[in-house]
Amino acid sequence: MTEYKTIEEREEEITDDFSLFDSWEEKYEYIIDLGKKLAPLEEQYKQEENIIKGCQSTVWLVSDFKDGKVFYKADSDAVIVKGLVSMLIKVLSGHEPDKILNAKLDFIKDIGMMTHLAQTRSNGLLSMVKQIKNYALAYKSVKAA
Amino acid sequence: METLTAISPTFDVNAIRELFPVLNREVKNQLLVYLDNAATSQKPQVVIDALSHYYSNYNANIHRGIHTLAEEATAAYEATRNSVKEFINAPYSDEIIFTRGTTEGINLVAYTWGRKNINAGDEIIISTMEHHSNIVPWQILCEEKKAILKVIPINDDGELLMDDPIAIGYKQLLTPKTKLVSIVHASNALGTINPVKEIIDAAHKAGALVLVDGAQSSVHLDIDVQEMDCDFFAFSGHKVYGPTGAGALYGKKKILEEMPVFMGGGEMIKEVTFKKTTYAALPYKYEAGTPNIADTIVLKVALDFIKETGKKLIRNHENDLLKYATEQMQTVPGLRIIGNAKNKVSLISFVIKNIHPQDIGVLLDNQGIAVRTGHHCTQPLMERFGIPGTVRASFAMYNTKEEVDRLIKGLQKAIKMLA
Repeated sequence: MTEYKTIEEREEEITDDFSLFDSWEEKYEYIIDLGKKLAPLEEQYKQEENIIKGCQSTVWLVSDFKDGKVFYKADSDAVIVKGLVSMLIKVLSGHEPDKILNAKLDFIKDIGMMTHLAQTRSNGLLSMVKQIKNYALAYKSVKAA
Repeated sequence: METLTAISPTFDVNAIRELFPVLNREVKNQLLVYLDNAATSQKPQVVIDALSHYYSNYNANIHRGIHTLAEEATAAYEATRNSVKEFINAPYSDEIIFTRGTTEGINLVAYTWGRKNINAGDEIIISTMEHHSNIVPWQILCEEKKAILKVIPINDDGELLMDDPIAIGYKQLLTPKTKLVSIVHASNALGTINPVKEIIDAAHKAGALVLVDGAQSSVHLDIDVQEMDCDFFAFSGHKVYGPTGAGALYGKKKILEEMPVFMGGGEMIKEVTFKKTTYAALPYKYEAGTPNIADTIVLKVALDFIKETGKKLIRNHENDLLKYATEQMQTVPGLRIIGNAKNKVSLISFVIKNIHPQDIGVLLDNQGIAVRTGHHCTQPLMERFGIPGTVRASFAMYNTKEEVDRLIKGLQKAIKMLA
């Protein structure tokens, strides 16, 4: 079990990694590498209901609620998207719903990936964040009930 | 014979590039390479200026006004109708109905002609390579009328199977029940130019009408609706160097006259009482409400620009680019072109082994190269090829071989990064 780090601390780790890069190539190689390293999602989760709408590529996202914390797993058929979702999971998985819901995710801007947050059909970072937060919201209401 | 007036008697791509201001801009610190022309073309300065000139000098609502501005705007608006008539060689300008674009043109036919003439058990034929805009309106109509939608299959090169008893080609699909054939002239996802003349002749023999989706063909090919003998032809202004939101639908006069109205409102009426409304004559019958005056007026400027540049010269240049790019792409490892028809407009769709098209698109964008990735609104076609989508590079009059070289280099770099 790795030690608990806050969302902000995890964001900072990624921002620190990116601060070493001078070129867009290095940034994307890092993301591609993350995408390749993300463990593939088990086949049973690759269902229609787990697909995030609004992405040009297929992105699957599943979540689990344990000990008051939300855990996420994801996969994609496009490697850059997979790298992006991998970063989101790295930052947001394993926290309480409220913390996930309140996360500002400034690191996306800090690492120069804002373009991927644009609301277009071709990239789904915005949809991914929304879906991640939707799960957190759902678990929050379960908890409250 | 096409007259060779403006710019130069030979095609000078550098002179042409200077007329398109956006081509000077940088994307990600590099000069933009714009290869998404099949989605929308860039606009020459004359088109941009004409929009500003309209709003600065004679903005007015058309047809009703008695003041000078309204007269000028009306005259300019109707001048575009005449330009469109010439652009597609229609016999009469009142056969030209202004629309927002191809999609609206197709829907207009589906909702008016279709609702009146399609009955239970009737058949409509489309093809595997249709854009969703030429699928969905017919599906809606067929569902409503309990009619049958039939689909012409294609071969692996992306060509229609015209006569194929085993795969059930076009000629086998045509029956006395066929009421309409709605077919794309040039495929946005494959580039294939379809044999529309042959399709139309066969349909007419079977007693069916034909709608030609000219969204992609109108910018590249000489359009002659009389020679084609199509019953309807729809295209979009923004793909022919004009503004967005201005397009046209051509229909044969006799058919348009008999069709019921589309939308009710101002402009399309002759007389309104609470008992009954009588409708205006063609083409106003189908143009309810204040239309997109500015963009429609400026569409003429775009069509004039094409005419002055010389469509044949443009086409030769684009075909050179297509040939060169097709050859150069053979050098890219793992690249497979989707759509190898003998007759193509200047676009190339491709996939790269084990790489998602979106990854290629993102990495090309970072090199200042704009392409389109995805299913190109042709999901059934992608399914036919068993792929989630393609990368598409589409060329216009202002693209160059140097830009093709940058695309190839960009691809090689992307593949290396993703490997």
